[in-house]
Amino acid sequence: MSTTTTPSPGASREDLARLAEHWGERPSLRAWFATVDHKRIGRRYLVTAGFFFVLAGLNALVMRTQLARPEAGVVSPQEYNQLFSMHGIAMIFLFATPMLFGFGNFLVPLMIGSRDMAFPRLNAFGYWVFLFAGLFMWASLPFGAAPNNGWFAYVPLSGEQNNPGLHMDVYALGLLFLGISTTAAAINFIVTALKLRAPGMSLNRVPLFVWAIVATAFMVIFALPALNLDNAMLFLDRRFGTHFFDPAAGGNVLLWQHLFWIFGHPDVYIIVMPALGIVSAVLPAFTRRGVVGYPLIVLSIVAIAIISFGVWVHHMFATGLPQLSYSFFSAASTVITIPSGLQIFAWLATMLLGRLVIRVPLLFVIGFVVTFVLGGFTGVMFALTAFDQQVTDSYFVVAHFHYVLIGGAVFPMLAGIYYWLPKITGRMYHERLGRWAFWLVFAGMHVTFFPMHLYGLFGMPRRVYTYRSEPGWAGWNLVSTVGSYLLAVGLLLVLVGVVHAVRRGRPAPADPWDGDSLEWSTASPPEPHNFPVLPRVHSLHPMWDERTAESVGPGATSDRILSEGRHTLFTSELDAHPERAVQMPEPTLKPLVLAAALLLFFTSMLFAWYPVAAVAALTVAATIAVWLWPPRPLEQDLKVVP
Amino acid sequence: MTGHGGVVAAATGAEALSTELPVGRSTGWWGMVMFVATEATLFACLLGSYFYLRFQYGPQWPPNGIGDPELLKPLVMTAVLLPSSLPVVWAEHGIRQGQRWRLRCGLAATMVLGATFLALQATEYAEKLKHFTMTTDVYGSLFYLITGFHGLHVLVGLTMIGWLLATSLRGGSFGAHRHERVRNAAIYWHFVDLVWIAILFTIYLSPRL
Repeated sequence: MSTTTTPSPGASREDLARLAEHWGERPSLRAWFATVDHKRIGRRYLVTAGFFFVLAGLNALVMRTQLARPEAGVVSPQEYNQLFSMHGIAMIFLFATPMLFGFGNFLVPLMIGSRDMAFPRLNAFGYWVFLFAGLFMWASLPFGAAPNNGWFAYVPLSGEQNNPGLHMDVYALGLLFLGISTTAAAINFIVTALKLRAPGMSLNRVPLFVWAIVATAFMVIFALPALNLDNAMLFLDRRFGTHFFDPAAGGNVLLWQHLFWIFGHPDVYIIVMPALGIVSAVLPAFTRRGVVGYPLIVLSIVAIAIISFGVWVHHMFATGLPQLSYSFFSAASTVITIPSGLQIFAWLATMLLGRLVIRVPLLFVIGFVVTFVLGGFTGVMFALTAFDQQVTDSYFVVAHFHYVLIGGAVFPMLAGIYYWLPKITGRMYHERLGRWAFWLVFAGMHVTFFPMHLYGLFGMPRRVYTYRSEPGWAGWNLVSTVGSYLLAVGLLLVLVGVVHAVRRGRPAPADPWDGDSLEWSTASPPEPHNFPVLPRVHSLHPMWDERTAESVGPGATSDRILSEGRHTLFTSELDAHPERAVQMPEPTLKPLVLAAALLLFFTSMLFAWYPVAAVAALTVAATIAVWLWPPRPLEQDLKVVP
Repeated sequence: MTGHGGVVAAATGAEALSTELPVGRSTGWWGMVMFVATEATLFACLLGSYFYLRFQYGPQWPPNGIGDPELLKPLVMTAVLLPSSLPVVWAEHGIRQGQRWRLRCGLAATMVLGATFLALQATEYAEKLKHFTMTTDVYGSLFYLITGFHGLHVLVGLTMIGWLLATSLRGGSFGAHRHERVRNAAIYWHFVDLVWIAILFTIYLSPRL
């Protein structure tokens, strides 16, 4: 696949040969399973999340077909429940976050000038867990045992009495399983961004995409435990007869909602924030200038990450909590629009002040601004308690969050796919095909979801498998269905464009866009060691800065070539002063074994094979013990008298 | 360092300096601290749920005549668990100076204290289970979930300590130049200790307030 390499006069031919020997992987089945290369893992995240996106999208098409006319019988109510639940769960948990973490995996080390993530084996482990957890949940659908309670699984409907069978056990265990992957990836991103930045990349020179990923990772660390605890208690209630959510024995159903939304609202930003980071990364190349207001955008990112933990009750305005708490959360929900709006204005100013280069990635960014702002408008409306209580659980809500999530996450992802495809695959995409895809996706999105505002206001509730003709919702529903097919065709064209590029695309140069961040200084696709010479960064836009370019040219010192082993450089957290070279781990099968043992554990918990679960838990412990076993004794330590 | 100097840069380069100068926190340290942060959040949610359910329940807590929890045994458990961090600190300081005997003795002492804690907890469960179980009511569910979850953490911590002890019996696994795993396990153990104070307050002391 490799087509071009950048000249790297800073590293000698012997250095390059040594780097290739230490970092390269000979193609074999074992190497495929054992790889710890962040680029391969990132690509796998992107492909796997894309696959789950297709499945969840097909669910949506079946639902839209069912809703095209009143009282249709395409699916039964029970099937419809599983379809919309899996659609939501897969889009939120198995597509959006993993897709963005895939971008992060591929790009963060390249953008900060490192040779891998901080914990490469943990990274591989995170991918396998994500894959297995996704398959674990999807596998329930053909058996008619998929979650059927919506993506937020409210009790008491999700309790054992009201919802027997495995449906909600799959939900609780699947999300607990997946949470391991998300937490591992989040810790990895934070530590990578803190310790592995190229020398000179002080915090004020960190690309906005990396800031966004790190802020997201912090939100994951503090938000995900609430969801995990919620699911653990749900599983205990269902399987072992505890009473956390059982009012008859002193439990409380609202506890589920509080914990769920303490996670759930930050999760909205966990999805949108890295996508906004993609926008900030794509814009400079197509406006020929840096994003306006870098410090303000960084502050907005941090502010959103913090305030997002104080708005969860706006999902619960219809539950009868005290009015005073409504006022507080209403105010917080209004405040959070300020940093969000600030970012929008910064991007608009960037486009206004820059020289626009209209290519497919920029089209998707513009589509993002339009769609996301519309979703933001309705979002501000929900912050007003009185309005929220009128439209809660109606299609108005469905319209709102699809504008936010398709506008705020899918459009930037598509921009990112076209923008980084040359870097990821080494091939250019077909521009005209890309433009067709954009217009179809954009039109299809608005034709599908704009009418939902209307029939939501006309009173159509969400999550109903059908409706009668009397209320007059049929016409607008048909429009939505037509739009959803249009959207599907557009997304199919994206897929065709990617496959076409991989198969037939013309070879991509190292820097097709004249981009500003460090990933464009590597070959397309990058060599296994990423950088022959680790750059010394002198500005926020290292690729537009001659001193940074000089630092990888002749005269580069061996402490940034590090070709004696599989080495990369640690730098200090704030100023990125070089600290020391470190040995990076070799490829290994242990992450796969560990993830497989966890899959066995969760599967046997699901089917109540507790002895098998105990064996699996012991396997997990043993694998970790072997994984962390110290390598051969250090010579200098053997000399010390104990 | 300008990056394109000659001899001076080579002599003061990162590798040359790494053995001479103190360096910042390692990735392992950051990784463990982040892991402990997410774990601490989990315990915060757990204890938050306890208070939420308690205050939503009404004035009589614990309900159904379960009675305020006995204090003697938990206080003894506290007296066993809290000091167990000290041998770990002592062991860690020892291995930094290459004193492997201190590492082994310190870890062994912590193992004994941690195991005693778990044994005491088992006897406490044996008594309590006669009165109420996880399925009796929401108080029982909370009591066993919170204390059991913490007990599980003690068990995991003990496994880490035991693992360190096992590896340290091989000469050269740890020494003055390699003791990161010791420090990471120590951070986790201190966390497990400190969380117990919050649990002691929540489960055993707060019903008496």
